[in-house]
Amino acid sequence: MDPVINHQPPSPATAETAIECRELTKKFGDFIAVDRISFRVQRCEIFGFLGANGAGKTTAMRMLCGLSYPSSGHATVAGFDVYRQQEKIKQHIGYMSQKFSLYDDLTPLENIKFFGGVYGVAEKEIRERSHDLVRSLGLDREANKLVGGLPLGWKQKLAFAVALFHRPRIVFLDEPTGGVDPVTRRQFWDMIYEAAEKGVTIFVTTHYMDESEYCNRVTIMVDGKIEALDTPANLKHRFACDNMDEVFYRLARTARRSDS
Amino acid sequence: MKRNNVYTHPDAVSADTPIIADRISKSYNKGTVPALSDVSLEVKKGELFGLIGPDGAGKTTLFRILTTLLLADSGQARVSGYDVVQNFKQIRRTVGYMPGKFSLYQDLTVQENLTFFATLFGTSVAAHYELIKDIYEQIKPFSDRRAGKLSGGMKQKLALCCALIHKPEVLFLDEPTTGVDVVSRREFWEMLQQLKQQGITILVSTPYMEEAVRCDRIALIQNGRILQVDTPARIAGAFPVKLYAAKAASIYGLLKDLRAWNQVESCYAFGEWLHVTLRQDTGNGTALIREYAETRAHKQVIIQCIAPTIEDRFIQLATSNALPNGSGH
Amino acid sequence: MKQLFVFIRKEFYHVFRDRRTLLILFGLPLVQILLFGYALTSEVKNIALVVTNASNDVLGQQLTNQLQASAFFKVQEQQLSPTEIERAFKKGHIKAALIIPSGFGSDFIKARHATLQVLTDGSEPNISKTVLQYVTAIVQDFQRAQQPATSVAFTITPELRMLYNEEGNGSINYVPGVLALILMIVCTALTSVAVVREKETGTMEILLVSPFKPVMVLVAKAIPFLILSLVNFAFILLLAVYILNVPIAGSLFLLFMITLLFIATSLSFGLLISNATNSQQVALLISMMGLMLPTIIFTGFIFPLENMPLPFQWISNLVPAKWYYAAVKSVMLKGLGFAYVWKEMGILCVMTILLLTITVNRFKIRFT
Repeated sequence: MDPVINHQPPSPATAETAIECRELTKKFGDFIAVDRISFRVQRCEIFGFLGANGAGKTTAMRMLCGLSYPSSGHATVAGFDVYRQQEKIKQHIGYMSQKFSLYDDLTPLENIKFFGGVYGVAEKEIRERSHDLVRSLGLDREANKLVGGLPLGWKQKLAFAVALFHRPRIVFLDEPTGGVDPVTRRQFWDMIYEAAEKGVTIFVTTHYMDESEYCNRVTIMVDGKIEALDTPANLKHRFACDNMDEVFYRLARTARRSDS
Repeated sequence: MKRNNVYTHPDAVSADTPIIADRISKSYNKGTVPALSDVSLEVKKGELFGLIGPDGAGKTTLFRILTTLLLADSGQARVSGYDVVQNFKQIRRTVGYMPGKFSLYQDLTVQENLTFFATLFGTSVAAHYELIKDIYEQIKPFSDRRAGKLSGGMKQKLALCCALIHKPEVLFLDEPTTGVDVVSRREFWEMLQQLKQQGITILVSTPYMEEAVRCDRIALIQNGRILQVDTPARIAGAFPVKLYAAKAASIYGLLKDLRAWNQVESCYAFGEWLHVTLRQDTGNGTALIREYAETRAHKQVIIQCIAPTIEDRFIQLATSNALPNGSGH
Repeated sequence: MKQLFVFIRKEFYHVFRDRRTLLILFGLPLVQILLFGYALTSEVKNIALVVTNASNDVLGQQLTNQLQASAFFKVQEQQLSPTEIERAFKKGHIKAALIIPSGFGSDFIKARHATLQVLTDGSEPNISKTVLQYVTAIVQDFQRAQQPATSVAFTITPELRMLYNEEGNGSINYVPGVLALILMIVCTALTSVAVVREKETGTMEILLVSPFKPVMVLVAKAIPFLILSLVNFAFILLLAVYILNVPIAGSLFLLFMITLLFIATSLSFGLLISNATNSQQVALLISMMGLMLPTIIFTGFIFPLENMPLPFQWISNLVPAKWYYAAVKSVMLKGLGFAYVWKEMGILCVMTILLLTITVNRFKIRFT
């Protein structure tokens, strides 16, 4: 049997570490946005990062992407230190968010070429691969139309492909499927699986609780702290819930910083 | 506008059907971007009706047409018995509307927002306080806080209070739970149940399929077309074939294998399971799938025949309608 | 009516809770008045002037002393060669040079004709021009003092400015200009942004789906800015009178009426812009590029209109601020009455009615 097909997260003993946090903390004045979080994400893992709005997800993600300095604690991303090697981190990760991903007034090809160029992919390689990429996404006919006119689902798939274009070791996905229809959402997750299989580590946030089940492991943040970190199956077992929605509800209900 | 008196008095049909949309079509940019095609639906008095579909399905367009903010290209619609074009002024007086974003004045306090909208609708906060009491008491401790400083869930509650302040007969809520976390979403649906008890007719839209079950009836909408209108149970029950849930140690491996198998009609991830339908189901699907999975060396294989959900039905309708996935092309 | 009152109150909340709006409202007039009043006036003081006196006679020295006594110049007496003078200009050490030739005194007395050479820095034409005027005036004075009987030439200064501004107070012209500019910004830019903000936040949808008359939204938006503009008007006048010492020569009431009219025109413009746009950025851009710039260029308070090519002069007629500026100048500076400004007021009136008609007719009570 083809070993590639059987996508399993590597066992902790043998795995390479993609992301590691120890006691990572971010304070804004008296407010502790992220409170001593610790976890380890292995290479090729699909790591779900959940939490109520205001729980500190975005702040944590920013620190890991090299966009802001932690107040205390340690973290390495792709082996680089978040304090001293932010530029290195940025070279080796991909990032995609629901809010900003692509330029609406450029075509898919122009977007790929731009972001490829920004990440320092060689001109020749961009030329060779960009057309293949557009074709594999089924965007041949749209290759020269503006991205703004594409359906949301296609945009998000293209954005993901663009985030992977420079062959990053880790991609950070911030609510990549918000508002996307159920069919396209699943196609999107197929792409995520495929990327993980090829050796990319996926760090993803989502509002769809059924999607958290597609992750190898899930953390749930509440009030800046990590309240749970395990496989979806174990979490459901531990909290005696049928689905992740229930698990999340049980944990987030007590939050003081949540939306309610 | 007084020219058309016929419409100013709700007739018998309208009295128990506050929302009627009849073959509504709408396109943007001079007809090049279709938004709604031939949409018809009726919402009965006191009903909690859900419009379920992804972004870009046409939900907001339909809401705007029904709230008199947008003119349809063709078709007719009535709200509370009033024609949305001719009697738009009456409608604007009788409906409550919460647009997609929490449309509040971020620089006004909770109290100021509420007072402003109350006065705008020619009423006072005290007049229908009973209606919003349960919701408002949750945000009352923050009544002097600026709306912009509230959390998403609190904004959502304030926006709902503002939409209810004049005791509308019909309430339009356009994606009230989008971008709000699970806990607040649940609370919000509980609030809607309570409002329903007060006899208010509610049309609510959402992209979250799992919220559909909380409605009395729903319409599934995709690419500007209504796929089906019915009760959530009947929509899920209308799934035409048997649905199997499968799982194995390697779920992605199983997904790929099943998709490669010519017996499989569809296979997609669904939470921790894969949902599978077969091309020709002779009744022994469970055994058949298990057998195949095991020949492909899968371990810990579990196969069950399950009751379809609304999302299953949506996927089935969306893909069988010969529409390319997630697009209008 | 209660609805309108509550709406207007809300608008004031918006204004007083937004630091940027407050800054534009009250910081901008102050800065502009001070900027135009002091820094940017065409009046020049302490101009570095070098006097190279080759005459070595009494008259030459007397002339130098007279220049020195004037507050306009900072005179350095130095014997410089032409190349040295040029170097001093290039280095920016001096802005002007007066060369008194040898034999200046004797020429003046014997031949009744003496020549002087005045050099100015042509790269700064405004200063250059002023320096020439001042030097000419001082030389005239000097000449008259020497021979009172022959004082005929140059007794009339050709510039209007000198006529109505004998003290040489340069800031006087800027007051009407700043008034026009500030009122334009407050009424047009702030009003259009205030309406468009409702569209951006989505509250416009709720306002439309309410019993409140849609057109009243415009009224409710305009009234607060009308009031704020009048406050601004008073503020600028106070600054002008007490800080810049610019007197109000004509009727204060007439000035108020003209201003009210101009505010109405600007508000109509703002509302028209808000009709046509959906984002605050675009609204601001149109206000700035479409109205502020023409106000600065075509009003005549910075660039004289008479010197512009004809097509530009025609265009200037379309700029409301031009008529306001002209009317304010007549009333405030020249002390003229209604009979002299009725034409300007009439034009502003027509513009307002035209703009308002378009705005109200095109106001969308729906989306498209």
